[in-house]
Amino acid sequence: MAQPKNPEKHCTYLPPESEKKSTKAMHDTPMLDQLVDGPWPSFVTGLKRLAMDNNMMVDLLGQLEHSYNTRLGYWKGGTVSVFGYGGGIIPRFTELMDDDGKPMFPEAKEFHTVRIQPPAGNFYSTDMLRQLSNSWNKYGSGLIAFHGQTGNIMFIGTTSDNTQHFFDEVNEYGYDLGGAGPCVRTAMSCVGAARCEQSCANEMKVHRLLVNNFIDDMHRPALPYKFKFKVSGCPNDCMNSIQRSDMAVIGTWRDDMKVDQDEVKAYIASKSRQYVIDNVISRCPTNALSLSDDDTLSVDNRNCVRCMHCINVMTKALSPGDDHGVTILMGGKRTLKIGDTMGTVIVPFMKLESDEDYDTLKEIAENTIDFWAENALEHERCGEMIDRIGLVNFLEGIEIDVDPNMVTHPRISSYVRMDTWDEEVDKWKQRKAAG
Amino acid sequence: MSEKAKPRTPIETGCPDGMQYMHPVYLKNFGNWKYHDRPRPGVLHHVAKSGDEVWTVRVGTQRQLGPYEINLLCDIIDNYADGYVRFTIRSNMEVSVTDESKVEPLIQAFTDAGYPVGGTGNSVTMISHTQGWLHCDIPGTDASGVVKSLMDELHDEFISEQMPNRVHITTSCCQINCGGQGDIAINIQHTKPPKINHDLVANACERPSVVARCPVAAIRPAMVNGKPSLEVDEKKCICCGACFPPCPPMQINDPEHSKLAIWVGGKNSNARSKPMFHKLVAAGIPNTPPRWTEAKEIVMQILSAYKADACDWERMGDWVERIGWPRFFELTELPFTKFHVDNWRGARHTLNASTHIRF
Repeated sequence: MAQPKNPEKHCTYLPPESEKKSTKAMHDTPMLDQLVDGPWPSFVTGLKRLAMDNNMMVDLLGQLEHSYNTRLGYWKGGTVSVFGYGGGIIPRFTELMDDDGKPMFPEAKEFHTVRIQPPAGNFYSTDMLRQLSNSWNKYGSGLIAFHGQTGNIMFIGTTSDNTQHFFDEVNEYGYDLGGAGPCVRTAMSCVGAARCEQSCANEMKVHRLLVNNFIDDMHRPALPYKFKFKVSGCPNDCMNSIQRSDMAVIGTWRDDMKVDQDEVKAYIASKSRQYVIDNVISRCPTNALSLSDDDTLSVDNRNCVRCMHCINVMTKALSPGDDHGVTILMGGKRTLKIGDTMGTVIVPFMKLESDEDYDTLKEIAENTIDFWAENALEHERCGEMIDRIGLVNFLEGIEIDVDPNMVTHPRISSYVRMDTWDEEVDKWKQRKAAG
Repeated sequence: MSEKAKPRTPIETGCPDGMQYMHPVYLKNFGNWKYHDRPRPGVLHHVAKSGDEVWTVRVGTQRQLGPYEINLLCDIIDNYADGYVRFTIRSNMEVSVTDESKVEPLIQAFTDAGYPVGGTGNSVTMISHTQGWLHCDIPGTDASGVVKSLMDELHDEFISEQMPNRVHITTSCCQINCGGQGDIAINIQHTKPPKINHDLVANACERPSVVARCPVAAIRPAMVNGKPSLEVDEKKCICCGACFPPCPPMQINDPEHSKLAIWVGGKNSNARSKPMFHKLVAAGIPNTPPRWTEAKEIVMQILSAYKADACDWERMGDWVERIGWPRFFELTELPFTKFHVDNWRGARHTLNASTHIRF
């Protein structure tokens, strides 16, 4: 790698030994040292810089090196929280003891993480980033992960006492703990309306409305298991909400998508007709696009499934319609325990404009969490409960009517008792009549 | 006599409003953007309906940041941009400027400080990952180290846009898969049942909930050496490690037998195809710090087959669906074994019930 222009302002910089403030000698870390070089910024260099500053990181490096040698982890959990809350801290105590039962790396024997909710959309001013960093440098190791997989700012490494001091300080300037344990978790939302033309929702508003409505359920874990909200502004689902959240709110539109025919022509002129046929027209999953001989594009909007592909390719010529709303899916999660589940459509479309619309969204979330809290087994995610009791029982529990958009296709199995068929048909007719 | 300090009551403000930290051009044009393009790898250019324009430089970080890095990056953002930053879901920083002439100096400043500019469009972007040995209580491997080692190799793919479509890679240190699914996911896969320390189970574990946690009902209460403990039916055990978090004396991690498995074709977006789960392609890969060479080689093999064979805009999963799994194994030269055939509930739907065979 080329020599940095200014080595003191470079990610590879390590201060000279004379500037070492930590009093404990560094451990030898031959394994970790092999992760110092290479073009990607090295977390090991970062840890070493922090170890020049505090003894906790000196010993943290010692324990991590030990893990690299033995290929085992050495942290155990525990119970640590702040006054008034029950969760939000990930306690870590070292399990690495010497022959006398004393910690091998005593300065890092307590190494807790404080989960703090970032501003919706992960927006920061540099002043705020520096302020958060200063607070953590005062009470913790200095190491911060932007961000953990649930979406929290992870302030990694402090003692039990200092979790409270740190929380008190950041809480005074507007930051609150996130979730840990069986509770409503920190949510995530995309950049959305702030900088994306594909946004069909006010993602930050939905995000904050949902999470802040359940703040008690976040801070005092008492639910069957975790419950996650994620908000994406369009079906590109940059927040991975269908697979990774219990309740996914995704922006969409129900009128016609917008086509700027001049821009279509300009795009064809710049990329070629064949490129557009091969990469746009023939990639439409429902064959809803047709390119005419005069290079105008027609869209069968009734059969467009709002997949976003053509809009992603032709960002200038094509865009979502104006009649925005959201689709809600519930029950996404990875393997443990019943196998992987994607979220299922629960609300195919709802408007989010008026205060009443947002109240309705809140009610759907409240009904869902209430029903799940009542009916789930211990450690059972919402999607697993739906799998166990059946979608229809879940829908009845949260008072939402069945809709053909909820299924890929109707049932295949004839093993079902249907003696109330006529009543169900009447309900369908009444719903249709009510519009 | 000093009175004991009264504990401070928290202010339950919840999630802070992002608006207060937003670039003014974002605020002004909130919900009113017109289109975007990418003038070069690592740069997004958005145009608002008002005519306002904004250029956003995306820069890769090591995710774990200390005060030195934060101040270094913030100094660059203050000196060369407008003092605002956001983080993407994959730990990249996005820094916006409203003056096009500031873009190149900003990129130069990040590059001079050793931070790669890229991760946009059809690049291999930053790997989404977990905590690993650094902080997790149940990790089978490290996270940051695997990612550092892979991103060193993928640096050129991060700073350019040469893939058929975007590539999202994830790593996870246990089968819970906190890293999430990806076009390529590298996850721990245990291959031996837990080793139980029967002296500790009674005190450390709530036995009925551990029994309930097992996906295949392989755990049952038992008296061992006169102490209440748990036993595992090792013929039934699938070595998933689900019992380990609620019962640490059931150690699942093993330096030899905790292997890595690689999964391919996960996609969260609804673009073209519906979202899809990643599928197993390789397993039995040794867990080898500090550089995880064996896993890295397989990832590079898969990426090079995808890069050579996929059409523009095909995500890894789209590509495999078009060419079929037999061709995938042929092109990547990975072995297909009996373990690739699913046998979990719903497995029947993963079998080929047709004569659709490619020759």
